[in-house]
Amino acid sequence: MLTFIVRRVLYSIPVLIVSSFLIFTFVSLAGSPLAKLRANPQFSQVTLHHLEHQYHLDKPIPVRYAYWVEDVTLHKFGSSLLTQQPIWPDLKRVMAHTAQLIITSELLALILGCIVGIYSAIRQYSAFDYTFTSLSFLGFAMPTFWLALLLQILFVDIYLKWNVRIFYTSGLNNPGHGAWSIDRLQHLGLPIITLLIISFALYSRYMRASMLDVINMDYVRTARAKGVPEGKVIRRHVLRNALIPVVTVATLNFGALLSGAIITETVFSLDGMGYYFINKLNNLDLYAIMAWLLVTAVCVIVFNLIADIVYGYLDPRIRYD
Amino acid sequence: MVQFTTDDGVVKAVDGLTYDLHPGEVLGIVGESGSGKSVSTMSILGLIPQPPGKIVSGTALFKGQDLLKMKDKDLRRVRGNEMAMIFQDPMTSLNPVLKVGDQIGEAIEIHHPDEKHKVVREKVLRLMRLVGIPNPETRIDQYPHEFSGGMRQRAMIAMAMANEPAVLIADEPTTALDVTIQAQVLEVLKKAKEETNAATILITHDLGLVAEMADRVIVMYAGKIVEMGDVFTIFSAPRHPYTVGLMNSLPRLTVDEDWLRPIPGQPPSLITPPPGCAFHPRCFLSQGRAACREQVPELRPVEGANHVSACHFADELVGEASKLVGSGAGDR
Amino acid sequence: MTEPNPTLDRALEQTPGHPTAPVVGGEEVIGGGDRMILADTADSLVYEHGLEIKARSQWAYARRRFIRHRLAMVSLVIVTFIFLVGAFAPHIAPYRYDQIDLNNILHPPTTQGHHYFGTDSIGRDYFSRVIYGIRTSETVGLFVAFLSTAIGLVVGAIAGYYGGWIDNLLMRITDLVLTLPALAILLTASALLGGGDKWRISLILVFFFWTTVARIARGQFLSLREKEYVEAAKAAGSGDTRIMFRHIIPNMMGPIVVTGTLAVASAILVEAALAFLGLGIKPPTPALGALVVEGQTNPQAWWLTVFPGLTLLIIVLCVNFVGDGLRDALDPQQRVRA
Repeated sequence: MLTFIVRRVLYSIPVLIVSSFLIFTFVSLAGSPLAKLRANPQFSQVTLHHLEHQYHLDKPIPVRYAYWVEDVTLHKFGSSLLTQQPIWPDLKRVMAHTAQLIITSELLALILGCIVGIYSAIRQYSAFDYTFTSLSFLGFAMPTFWLALLLQILFVDIYLKWNVRIFYTSGLNNPGHGAWSIDRLQHLGLPIITLLIISFALYSRYMRASMLDVINMDYVRTARAKGVPEGKVIRRHVLRNALIPVVTVATLNFGALLSGAIITETVFSLDGMGYYFINKLNNLDLYAIMAWLLVTAVCVIVFNLIADIVYGYLDPRIRYD
Repeated sequence: MVQFTTDDGVVKAVDGLTYDLHPGEVLGIVGESGSGKSVSTMSILGLIPQPPGKIVSGTALFKGQDLLKMKDKDLRRVRGNEMAMIFQDPMTSLNPVLKVGDQIGEAIEIHHPDEKHKVVREKVLRLMRLVGIPNPETRIDQYPHEFSGGMRQRAMIAMAMANEPAVLIADEPTTALDVTIQAQVLEVLKKAKEETNAATILITHDLGLVAEMADRVIVMYAGKIVEMGDVFTIFSAPRHPYTVGLMNSLPRLTVDEDWLRPIPGQPPSLITPPPGCAFHPRCFLSQGRAACREQVPELRPVEGANHVSACHFADELVGEASKLVGSGAGDR
Repeated sequence: MTEPNPTLDRALEQTPGHPTAPVVGGEEVIGGGDRMILADTADSLVYEHGLEIKARSQWAYARRRFIRHRLAMVSLVIVTFIFLVGAFAPHIAPYRYDQIDLNNILHPPTTQGHHYFGTDSIGRDYFSRVIYGIRTSETVGLFVAFLSTAIGLVVGAIAGYYGGWIDNLLMRITDLVLTLPALAILLTASALLGGGDKWRISLILVFFFWTTVARIARGQFLSLREKEYVEAAKAAGSGDTRIMFRHIIPNMMGPIVVTGTLAVASAILVEAALAFLGLGIKPPTPALGALVVEGQTNPQAWWLTVFPGLTLLIIVLCVNFVGDGLRDALDPQQRVRA
């Protein structure tokens, strides 16, 4: 088992390095960090030229890449060219906020999704199954931003009509409240519901499909032929096998969501990774963009790794790969 | 009668199957894929999912009780305990995430919940030794993917034997295995039968297997029995054209033959089976006679005790010996 | 599985030994009372017809199964209708999409003046704008699905068929593209390379979508190239491309078609998301996602949010159902039914 983990970790390192190079190259080639500044008549040619030299923009890409890596590792991502502010404190802050949102919604989605998926599979074609199947189809087809907007409009309406504030529709906090207060919950409520609905659709379908796959397997028939009661068949034989793909998907999804809650955060104006990213994109703040992309890539790689390890733990066949 | 409801229609998988099983004997059920042999035994144990399958009618008497009418709770006590089943594909019949020892042990624990864990483990080791799994102390904690195909099938046999069943049903136990492994597993099966003195139902399409192990033989076609008798008679003097066809289609190792002789045609649709005798479109004996096309033949005794055949013209086969017997094949 | 077949019956009638059969080709062995017949020619007739029946039925079966999947059929009808509306937008829409009418700002839906979906903040008819938006979405969706499927098929074919280092290389590239968070990269590409135009956005989307198809295609190729008919074709001297196109590709179209169909839905959703965030197709070309943005700034005018979003939802839902129906129809072992 240990060799398996070590091998996976070692494999991830070159992936990380190549990804970082690709990110840097892509962003640098696609746009110049000085683009916005050039457009601004306040900056003279001399200043621009000076900045160019200071940021090594006149050197070839691989050299610039080296400088950037130095910035990233030794200087905590360095500073943004536009704001001259260090990047890392901001990134850290928004990562924490997004993590809070994601962890809550994903855990809920997973638990609910598994329960519904399991029950749908056991009672296949029942009214319960058909209802939730239809709902999950709806969930897949639902544009995230639309769902978020509808919720927003709905709760603004409720507030205007009845003067009751159930959920806030924008921002993270009212001033003076902490990260774990009811106020925060009220602010995060709608975003959590949005993400929850969509992830739930995914997990419940996956769980159901996986359960149905396993229930028809030969070894389940063997268990029944041994005289194992159906409940135990489900718990001991079916579930353990059926959970494997679902857990894997959930882990991968989590890794992706750290960057992917972009839409939800934008609609609800939450100070998280997504919101930060959109801002930086609109300002063409390239070094911040690169830093963001790198952090995201690291998260994805780390969670892919975790998913692999968890899979290896759950399924003994993989360990000897 | 067992039928399955599909999108294309109702498949009558088993329609007309009656036989007795005596303690200690080996009954071979022979037939092509789709003849209903597996379905019939699985229905007895209640292993057919009931939609889309349905047991429409019939009785299966075991120790005085009708298994087909039993409540699931009671049937479960019989399954794996007094009647055990060995399945065809050992690769997929074992749970990949559980240790083999645990899976064999489960068979014991389910029916003897009060047994201490250590006792169960001892029993499992003994069973593993019995079926010839090498190094049982190590193997007991291994996972199925660490076992070879033959070893997995031995583990399955161990599982089936765990509670010393009165009836052992082996559904194509060697089909998925290499020829050399087949012989080994066959030996294990024989040993299992001797150890428990169980009545064994051996389902297969491999006539050689039947010749080796069976005492009596049932030949099935399209969900019905077409011939039944003791093994020697069936092999030496088959009295149903389908059985004759089966015997003749076997290539013989001892004689040079120019052509293989398969039975022409395809197995019939079980949704709309041919009228009259289900075999008549492929039958050399029928020659288009009206009786074959219109009337379903009943099982009637042919010469000799306990030999029945479902053919209108079985008598016409009297006196002919199958080519298999007399040249060294089919010895018991 | 045979249905009553007159050809088969006729072939059986040719069986030597049959009262009406001529003595054809094969030997009639009547030795020692053994009446087993060598139905030599008859067999070849029978098996030839038998195989032919099966091959013909495959597509017929698939078609039959699809038609019986009522949900998919209904969805297909709906989607076709919507797409046609979009395609004929200039003829169907009562107004041009940029026609301003400052007398009718933020008017709720009404039948007056054909403003079924109301008007926006500068009086443009929303019904027309949604219809033109549909047109944009369907163009992007179909284009992206088609092109990415084609590219993915080729890449997957090469990787899966030739294997070895080519496979490794191509799969590493695919993996890398998949590792990067899709939406983020798409947004970055759009921001830096300049989005706005629907063809540019489509190309950017294709850059991501081909990888999914490539994976599936490669998997199919890997398993199918081991099949006996490929070996037979090789033995007969067929060249590689011929084998790929005549033998393997027709047998793997099932999952590819399904993936392609579902890709249409995904592409439409992603394009809408990009438009919503302002980094997709930019005005003046109407995009359903961008239309929804107008709803955010005018929350009381619910029709601005609801109608474009609802249209999106219906399109994506129906395309998903069609894809699901196709999956059911083309894969007979699929036990999970929607």
